[in-house]
Amino acid sequence: MPNATATRSTATAAPVKVKSNARRVLLGRDANTVYALILVVILASIFVPFFAGVTTVSFLLIDAVPILLMAMPMALIIITGEIDLSVASTAGLSAAVMGVLFHDAHWSLGWVFVACLLVGLVCGAFNGILISTIGLPSLAVTIGTLALFRGLALVVIGDSAVADFPVALTTFATSTIGGTGIPTVMIFVLIVILIFGVVLHFTPFGRSLFALGFSKEAATFVGIHVNRSKFWLYVASGVISSIAGVFWVLRYSSAQSDSVKGLELSVVAAVLLGGVSIFGGLGGIVGVVAGVLLIRTVNYSLQLAGLPDTVLTIVTGTLLVLSVIAPSISGRLRLSADRKRSKSLPREATAT
Amino acid sequence: MTMSQSTSDGPRADPRGSSESTSVLSLISATKSFGAVAALTDGSVDLRAGEIHALVGENGAGKSTLVKVLAGVHQPDSGRFLVEGADVVFRSPADSKTAGISVIYQEPTLFPDLTVAENIFIARQPRGRLGLIDRPAMRTMARELFARLGVPIDPDRIADGLSIADQQIIEIAKAISLDARILVMDEPTAALSGVEVDRLFAVARSLRDRGTAILFISHRFDEVFELCDRITVMRDGAFIATHQTAEITVDGLVREMVGRDIATLFPKQEAQIGDVVLSVERLSRSGVFSDISFEVRSGEIVALAGLVGAGRTEVARAIFGIDRYDSGSVLIDGKRLRRHTPQAAIDAGMGFVPEDRRKQGLVMDLSVARNATLTLRRQLARFGLINAREERKTAEEWTTRLQVKTGSQDLAVSTLSGGNQQKVVIAKWLATNPKLLIVDEPTRGIDVGTKAEVHRLISELAVRGIAVLMISSELPEVLGMADTVLVMHEGRISAALDRSEATAEIVMHAASASPEILT
Amino acid sequence: MSQNASAPAIHGTTASRAIGRIFVSREFSVFAALALLIIITEVVNPRFLSGQGVKDLLLNSTIFVVMAVGQALVIITKNVDLSVGSILGLTAFGTGSLFAAFPTIPIALVFLIGMAFGAVLGAINGFIVTLAGVPALVITLGTLYIYRGINNAWAGSKQYFIGNQPAAFGNLSVQTVGGIPTIAIAALIVVIIAAIFMFATRAGRDLYAVGSDTDAARLFGIKVNSRTVGAFIACGTLTGLAGVFYASRFNSVGADTGSGFELQIVAAVVVGGVAIFGGSGTVTGAAIGAVLLTTMTGALAALNVSKFWQQAIVGVLIIAAILIDRILSLRTARKLRVSEARNA
Repeated sequence: MPNATATRSTATAAPVKVKSNARRVLLGRDANTVYALILVVILASIFVPFFAGVTTVSFLLIDAVPILLMAMPMALIIITGEIDLSVASTAGLSAAVMGVLFHDAHWSLGWVFVACLLVGLVCGAFNGILISTIGLPSLAVTIGTLALFRGLALVVIGDSAVADFPVALTTFATSTIGGTGIPTVMIFVLIVILIFGVVLHFTPFGRSLFALGFSKEAATFVGIHVNRSKFWLYVASGVISSIAGVFWVLRYSSAQSDSVKGLELSVVAAVLLGGVSIFGGLGGIVGVVAGVLLIRTVNYSLQLAGLPDTVLTIVTGTLLVLSVIAPSISGRLRLSADRKRSKSLPREATAT
Repeated sequence: MTMSQSTSDGPRADPRGSSESTSVLSLISATKSFGAVAALTDGSVDLRAGEIHALVGENGAGKSTLVKVLAGVHQPDSGRFLVEGADVVFRSPADSKTAGISVIYQEPTLFPDLTVAENIFIARQPRGRLGLIDRPAMRTMARELFARLGVPIDPDRIADGLSIADQQIIEIAKAISLDARILVMDEPTAALSGVEVDRLFAVARSLRDRGTAILFISHRFDEVFELCDRITVMRDGAFIATHQTAEITVDGLVREMVGRDIATLFPKQEAQIGDVVLSVERLSRSGVFSDISFEVRSGEIVALAGLVGAGRTEVARAIFGIDRYDSGSVLIDGKRLRRHTPQAAIDAGMGFVPEDRRKQGLVMDLSVARNATLTLRRQLARFGLINAREERKTAEEWTTRLQVKTGSQDLAVSTLSGGNQQKVVIAKWLATNPKLLIVDEPTRGIDVGTKAEVHRLISELAVRGIAVLMISSELPEVLGMADTVLVMHEGRISAALDRSEATAEIVMHAASASPEILT
Repeated sequence: MSQNASAPAIHGTTASRAIGRIFVSREFSVFAALALLIIITEVVNPRFLSGQGVKDLLLNSTIFVVMAVGQALVIITKNVDLSVGSILGLTAFGTGSLFAAFPTIPIALVFLIGMAFGAVLGAINGFIVTLAGVPALVITLGTLYIYRGINNAWAGSKQYFIGNQPAAFGNLSVQTVGGIPTIAIAALIVVIIAAIFMFATRAGRDLYAVGSDTDAARLFGIKVNSRTVGAFIACGTLTGLAGVFYASRFNSVGADTGSGFELQIVAAVVVGGVAIFGGSGTVTGAAIGAVLLTTMTGALAALNVSKFWQQAIVGVLIIAAILIDRILSLRTARKLRVSEARNA
C-alpha cells in the first residue's frame, strides 16, 4: 500500500512517531480490507481447485477492470459525503453510443472514442449541475439519472446489439502481458489508480475533499469551493464511467442497451468494503483497490467452486450490507459507551 | 420550604424568602459542569404563580444552562429543584413536561408538513370511533386554545411557512393544552417584529392573569421593564439578585450583570495603530443589514457589539465572501474585492474565526495537524503535491506557538478542550499571515482560565500589526479589548464609540433600545 | 405575517377552504396531468379509451398502485426501499410454487402467505436500517441483490405458467365487476385503507412526524424505530400482495420477475407528490402517480412513440419531481422571508 504509507511515514523521524505510524498503517481501515483480501486469496488457493494459477489472475483482473475504474471517482465522491448511482448507466449509454456511431454512422474509431468520452462528460456534468449548483440530494438525483441514462441507451440503440468491432481491437482488450496473465489494460488502469491516489492523498484538492466530507460549513470557511469540487468529481465520474463502458464493449465484443447494467452496486460495495465511510470523510485509495479485488476474488472463487453467476449477487449484496453496518454498529457501541460517561451531552443538540 | 440565603450576594435584601406560599418552582443553588467548564455554579430562581419573571445576564452567564435544567435537558450536578413545593428530578424533557413545565424556544420546532392543530396535539390527538383521529374535535380544541390566546391562526393550515411569531404562539397553545403551569420563554422576541412582540406580550399577560408562572429570558431591557414583575440577575453561572421591577433601574441592572472591574480583567497591550486595512462601504443586504460602513486599521481591534440577531455575524460573513451582499463594497488595503468567495478573501489577507467552533471553525474528525494546515494547503504544495514534511512542521510550529495542549498532532481535534480547539482555529489563520482577522465570539463556551489566554492572544495579534474585527456579545470583552466599539441594532450600526467613551450602559442602550431610550 | 396570512383563511368557510386546498394540492396537479395525458392520447388515437383499453390500463396499474402505496409509507419516513422489485419477484414465484406444490390450496390462504412472506422481507430491511442507523438506500440496494439472488437460486431456470394455477385465481385478473377488474377493485380498497390509516390514525401521523424531523419526533415520545420498521413491514406486505396479483395477472413467473420495478415505483411515488426528503405527500398521490406512469406506457404505444423512450421518461420524471419539490420549498422560504422583512 504505497500511498498511505508514504503520506504518513515521511512525516517525522522521531522513533515514537514511527511506531505509531506503523501501527496506523497496520491497523487502519485500509489495512482491514487488505488483510481480508490476503486471507481470501490464501483460503481460495487451498480450498478451491484451479484457483492458484495464471488464468485466475487473468480472469480475475480483467473482470475487475471496469469496477476498478469506476470505483476511483466513486471513492472520492463518497468521501465528500455524496454518491453516484448512475455510473453503470453512464457506461451503458457510452457503450450504446459507441455501437451506433461505429456501426450505423460509420465513424472512425478515434472519433467514436472521443464521442463516448464526451457522452460521459455530459452525463457527469448533468449530475454535477443538479447536485452542486442546484443542491439536490445526490441519492435521489442519481437514481433518476440511473434510469434516464439507461433509458437513453435504449433510445439510442434499441434492442439491437452491435458486435462487428475490429477483431484486432477486441483481442487487444483481452490480451495479457506476456505470460503473466496480467491484462494489458491493467497498465492504463494502474495509471488511473495512481492519478486518483495522488489527487486524493497528496494534493490540496484531496485534502479539501476529506474536510468537506466531514463538514461542508467548516470547509467553506477555509476557502474550499464546495460546489465546484463536487461538480468536477461528478464530471470525472462520468468520463471514467464512459471509459469503462468502452472497455466493456471491446471486452465482450458487443454493444447493447444493457451493457454494464447493475454494476453500480458492485462499485459502491467495493468502495465501502475498502473502508470508505458512507457518511463521508474517511477512506483511502489502497483500501478501495483492495475492496474491488476482494469482491472479485470472492465471486471468482465461488464461481470456480461451481456456484451459478446469478446466485453470486447474494454474495455481493451481503458484502455491501455488511460493509455498511459493521462500522456503524461498532461506532454505535462506542457512542453508547461515551453516552454512559456523560449522559446529558448528546441531548443538547436536539433540544436547542 | 426555606431558601438558602448564602446564594445572594446582591445589593438588596433577598426577596425570595417571602414567597413561600405561592412559589410554583424553585431552583436552589444548582450546579452543572461540562468537563472542565462550570456552566452553572449557583443556579437559583424562584417562580410564583401569576407572575412574569425576567432572567437577565450576559451571554455565558448561565441562563441557557439554567433553562435546560428546567426543561429536563440537563441534569444538575447538585442543588435542589422544587416544583409546587416537592423535590423533583428530571431524567428527560418528558419528565419536565409531565411536571407542568413548557419551554418556548427562540425558534420552535414544528413539523412543517402537519397541520397547526396536529402540531399542538402530536402523538396525543383526540380519538373517536374505531380509534381514528377525531379531526373536528381536534380543530375545535385548537380553535378554543387560540381564542383563549386571542390570536386567530387557522388550525387546518400546514405549519410550513408560518412565521416564527406564529410558531411560538402554537408552542404556547401546546403548552396550555398540556396544562403547563410554568412557561419558560427563552429569548422569544429575538426574531420578532414590533407588532409581533406586542401580541406575544398580550398573550403572556393574559396567561399570567390566569395564574401561569412565566420565566422570560431576554436581552432587551425595554421589554423586561415593560412586561415583567420581578427580575433575577445572573452572572458567571451564579445567582446575583432578584428585584421587584419597580425597585431597580436599567443602570442598576447593567452594573449587576457586568459586575467587575473591566480594566483589571483585560490587560490590553498598547498597539501601534497604523494604516487602514479593511474598509467597508455602505454594505447592504436586503432584510439582513443595511448601510454598514466602517474601517479597521492595522493594530486596531474593532468590536462589533449588539444583540444576537442584530446582523453582526451576517455582516462578517458577507465581508468574508461566504454570503452575498446586494450593494456596497469591501476594500482591503484600498483595493476592492471583486470576487465574493472565501478564497478571494483569504488571498486578500483575511482570516475568519467563526462563532461555531465545532461546526464552522474546525473539521472535528480531522487531526490537529490537518486542521492547523487546512488554510495553507495550497502554499504547502510543490508542483501540485503537498509536502507532507513541511505540512507537519508547520502544524507543529503553530500549535507550539499558541501552546495548544494535545497528546499528538494526529489526534482528532475533537479530543481537545474547547479552549485548545479555539487555539487551533486561531493557529490555522495565523499560519496564513493575515492582515485582518475576523473573530466571531472568540471565547464562547471556553472556561474562564483559557478565556484570558485567548484575550491575550488577540491583543498580541494587534500588537503585531494585525487588524482585528471582533464580534462579541460579552460586554466586558468588548469594553476591555476594543479600540473602537461599533454597536449594531436591527441590521444597522446604531453607535460608533471610541474606547474612551464606551461604557457598559451606553453600549447596552445602543444595542437594545429604540432611540428614545438612548438619550 | 400571521395577520396577513391567516386573516383571509379565517373568513372563508371550512367547506370553501377545503375545496381550495384540493385544487392547490400536489395530488390534484398529478391527477390533472393524468387527465391531460389521457385526453391528448384519446384525441390522437380514439381507440385508446375503448372498453378493452380502459380495462388493460386498470389491470396494468393495479400492481404498481399497490406497490407505490407501500413505498410511499417508507419514503414518508425519509427512507426508501429499493428491494421491492426483488420482493415482488420472490412472492410471485412463491405463489407459483405454492400452487404447484398444493394445487388445491385455498386462494385466500395463498394471499395470506404471500403477504406474510413480503412482510418478513420488509421487516428484515426495516430492522437492518434502524439497528445500524445507515441510509436505507444502501441497505435496500444490498437486499435488492440478496433477495434477487435467492430468487435466482430458488427458481433457477424454472418458470410457473398461469395454466398450472387454478382457473379461479387467474380469473381474478379477468373477471370484472361493473366493468372494473376484480384485482383493480382490491387495489382501490388498499388505497382507501392506507389513505385512512395515514390521515386518521396516530401511527399514520407519526410517520409524517418521523420523516419531517426525526429528533423532534423522538422528543415528543414517538417511537421512531418501531414506526420505521412498521413502515418497512407495511411496504413488504403490500409488495407481497402485489406479487400474488402479479402471479394472477401475468402469464409466467420466474427468476427475473419484477426486476427493475424499484425505479418505476420510486418514480411513481415521487411523481405523485411524496417528497423524497420525507415528511410530506399522500398515498393517494402515490397511487395516482403509479396510474400516471402506467398510462404513460400505454399512451406511448398509442401515440406510436418508440417503447424505448419509456425508461428515459421515467428518469426525467424522477428528476423533474425532485426539482419541483425543491422549487416549491424554496418559494415557501422566500415568501416567508419577504413577509417577515415587510413586517420588520
